[in-house]
Amino acid sequence: MIPIALTIGFSAVMVSMFMALFRLIRGPRLVDRILALDTLSINAIALLMLVGIYLRSDMFFEAALLIAMLGFVGTVSLSKHAVGRSVIE
Amino acid sequence: MIELLSEVLVSALILVGAFFTLVGSLGLTRLRDFFARLHGPTKATTLGVGSLLLASLVFIALEGDGLRLHKVLIAIFLFLTAPVSAHLLAKAAICLKVGTGPAGEVPETFDATQSLEIPRDPVSTPPAT
Repeated sequence: MIPIALTIGFSAVMVSMFMALFRLIRGPRLVDRILALDTLSINAIALLMLVGIYLRSDMFFEAALLIAMLGFVGTVSLSKHAVGRSVIE
Repeated sequence: MIELLSEVLVSALILVGAFFTLVGSLGLTRLRDFFARLHGPTKATTLGVGSLLLASLVFIALEGDGLRLHKVLIAIFLFLTAPVSAHLLAKAAICLKVGTGPAGEVPETFDATQSLEIPRDPVSTPPAT
């Protein structure tokens, strides 16, 4: 039962990553692209969790935490840069 | 019996997580303007990733490795940082005057005397000239 759910989960996460990529490429404004990058990093965490279940491994925790922190810092600094052209005031 | 029950639990958590991740990205792709698009990834995708983290936690715990709670750290971190980044993005969009109206006005400048029709995205509609 778990392999079927894993297949559906991989497919859904892949489709959602492609949709975020579509918004990243096409997004009419800069903030749409920043939001699409944030969504891509969150989807990458979801994909890493699924790979961790698939490989029965607990080793992907550090990578997921790193992606989460870097994605948050990247989103914050990009949106600060989009407002005032300066990340740190 | 307990193995079947745990398999059903992990599979249901994976399916719920995949569904909400898909719904969040679908909202990011299909919704009308930026302030509507902001809803999808900040709520639905966060819930979906939380469910997937819970599925991974339960699966690793039932593999015989014991209950290892450090995956909860990622969930707590995501649940704390998603509203902050959404707030900063909305502030950036208001400062950049990413509009919802035909003239590109931000939602705060809508006055109540205007009609309550939702204006279309100015990018998706062709110019009148």
